[in-house]
Amino acid sequence: MSSAAERVLSVRNLKKKLGNKMIIKGISFDIYGGEIFGFLGPNGSGKTTTIRMLVDLIRPTEGTVTVCGLDVHEEHTEALKLMGSIVENPEMYPYMTGWENLEHFARMVPGIGQERIQEVVDIVGMHNRIHDKVKKYSLGMRQRLGIAQALLGKPKLLIMDEPTNGLDPQGIKELREFIRRLADEGMSLFISSHLLSEIQLMCDRVAIISHGEVIAVGRVDELLEQSTGKVLIHVDSRDKAMQVLEGFANLEITDAEEVEMAELTKVSDSVVFAVRMDMTEVSHLNHALVVAGVNVHALQIRKPSLEELFLNLTGGESID
Amino acid sequence: MTSIYPLVKNEVLKIIKKRRFLVVILVLAVLIPIFTYAQLKVAQNAEKQFGTTDWRVTTQQQIYDYTNRLGSARVPEEWKKFMMVQVQQLQYYLDKDINPRSPSGVTFTIGFLTETVSLFLPLLVLAIASDLVSGERSGGTIKMLLTRPVLRWRILASKFIALLLFVSLIIVITIMLSYLISGFVFGYGGWDMPVLTGFQVNGTDVSTAFVHTIDQWLFLIMQGGLAWFSVMTVACLALMVSVLVRSTAASIVIMMASIIAGLILANMASSWESAKYLFMVNLDLPTYLSGQLPPIDGMTLPFSMTILVIWALGSLIVSFTVFTKQDILN
Repeated sequence: MSSAAERVLSVRNLKKKLGNKMIIKGISFDIYGGEIFGFLGPNGSGKTTTIRMLVDLIRPTEGTVTVCGLDVHEEHTEALKLMGSIVENPEMYPYMTGWENLEHFARMVPGIGQERIQEVVDIVGMHNRIHDKVKKYSLGMRQRLGIAQALLGKPKLLIMDEPTNGLDPQGIKELREFIRRLADEGMSLFISSHLLSEIQLMCDRVAIISHGEVIAVGRVDELLEQSTGKVLIHVDSRDKAMQVLEGFANLEITDAEEVEMAELTKVSDSVVFAVRMDMTEVSHLNHALVVAGVNVHALQIRKPSLEELFLNLTGGESID
Repeated sequence: MTSIYPLVKNEVLKIIKKRRFLVVILVLAVLIPIFTYAQLKVAQNAEKQFGTTDWRVTTQQQIYDYTNRLGSARVPEEWKKFMMVQVQQLQYYLDKDINPRSPSGVTFTIGFLTETVSLFLPLLVLAIASDLVSGERSGGTIKMLLTRPVLRWRILASKFIALLLFVSLIIVITIMLSYLISGFVFGYGGWDMPVLTGFQVNGTDVSTAFVHTIDQWLFLIMQGGLAWFSVMTVACLALMVSVLVRSTAASIVIMMASIIAGLILANMASSWESAKYLFMVNLDLPTYLSGQLPPIDGMTLPFSMTILVIWALGSLIVSFTVFTKQDILN
């Protein structure tokens, strides 16, 4: 697919200083055509500041943002024609109807007529309520209207800041399917979230940000594979097994909490260790245990969640 | 590049949909009848007092009144100056056989403009100007507005043009409403009545060298133009404050406080001469035409207009510079 190689958004060494404090300390990443890109980080990590720099609400202290080769800050008009965005909450004019709001924003882009407004209303499925005043909308309706306005200019890149905020589980599921559909049609999507599960379910690639720095970028599944997973080892003898485990390099015996949980399902009178290790070493470990005369009842490989990955990368910074 | 017209249309629609303009019209529609009634009472009272409707008699009476009070030691110096100027003017009207207060819808309208230009009209303008930008910020819609493929200065320019339209409309509607409502009581005629203008006040001397008569309709247009000029200055300043301050309430309070400060200062400014460079003591442009005593010695119509232009341009420069550069952080 040719569009897959096309670089839609390119962020290079983006920095922002507010007062004397570096809020964003040099962020770089790329988004390609038709991909759903997740931007993951805890609250206060600089997600929103970064997004505001992407759409030229904030001027970066250093670095560039280019959309299809156009610099967002130097060629504002041309670059923003290619983008649709919802920054934080989708705030619209409450004293106008949904339709009037869309007309308002359509007037700001040349060549968008009534047909396109009708189209986006159909896309987000709002025809029943579109002529109601926005102040009567629920948060879910506002999100939809927000998406509708972002789609008005047929953007190549759609930027959504915490799009699942305020949606019920059904709404989140619909949104997920909707986002996938847009991506299948060739649009690139940038989705920020502090919810790991959301990103894991929705996105092709992810950048993880913490304290204003990107600490990892990559495909979600690759990132997960790279990271050291956890193995639960059920054995019959604590002391012998301990000797073997301590003899292994790059192996870490981890939290007891998880061991207790595993013990609920353990084989009778076995001892459970939880270790963090390279997955390719698991069979060697098994061999070593058997050679040492330890009876191995079970080896459980626990795939890391994005949450564990995040904790790994940040060294324990909390995230919800 | 988008034409500016659809952007202006957006701003005009928002002002109307927010019902701000409706409020302005309602306030006018309520207040003008009240003032008309008050004016009627004043006229009836004068008639009762002097026992005649002949304006020559009442004017003569008024001159006599002022002259009497001028002799009193208890009258403050400020008032004396004012009364001396008035006496000279009234005498001139009498000499030329022109009624200084011919009651009609037109004179009421001129009077209304003169009275309201320093406080009431600015207040109405603030109702529209003060949340032009700060309203977008407090409502969060500024993010939607500034992430369009439109340069920021064009967005502010469209807001400014819309503001200009509404300020003009407020002046026109004020004139129309006050003529229509007061004319119902005082009569709709009087368009071609002569008015004396061109008095030059110098200290307590009134120079009549340049005094000439013009028709009321022309006088009304001139007064309306001056009122527009001074209210437009207030609008520019309000736009600037609205750009600088995030909350609409704060923006209104700041503007109101400075305008009211101007009224207070004008009363004591004779002792603080450099106050004449403040915009708020220069707002009362229409009084120059009727030849009343300026708040501070040496203030003239061209002087006041220059000061107002400088303030207005300055605030526009600040507005556009800040608006196009500022980071939208929340």
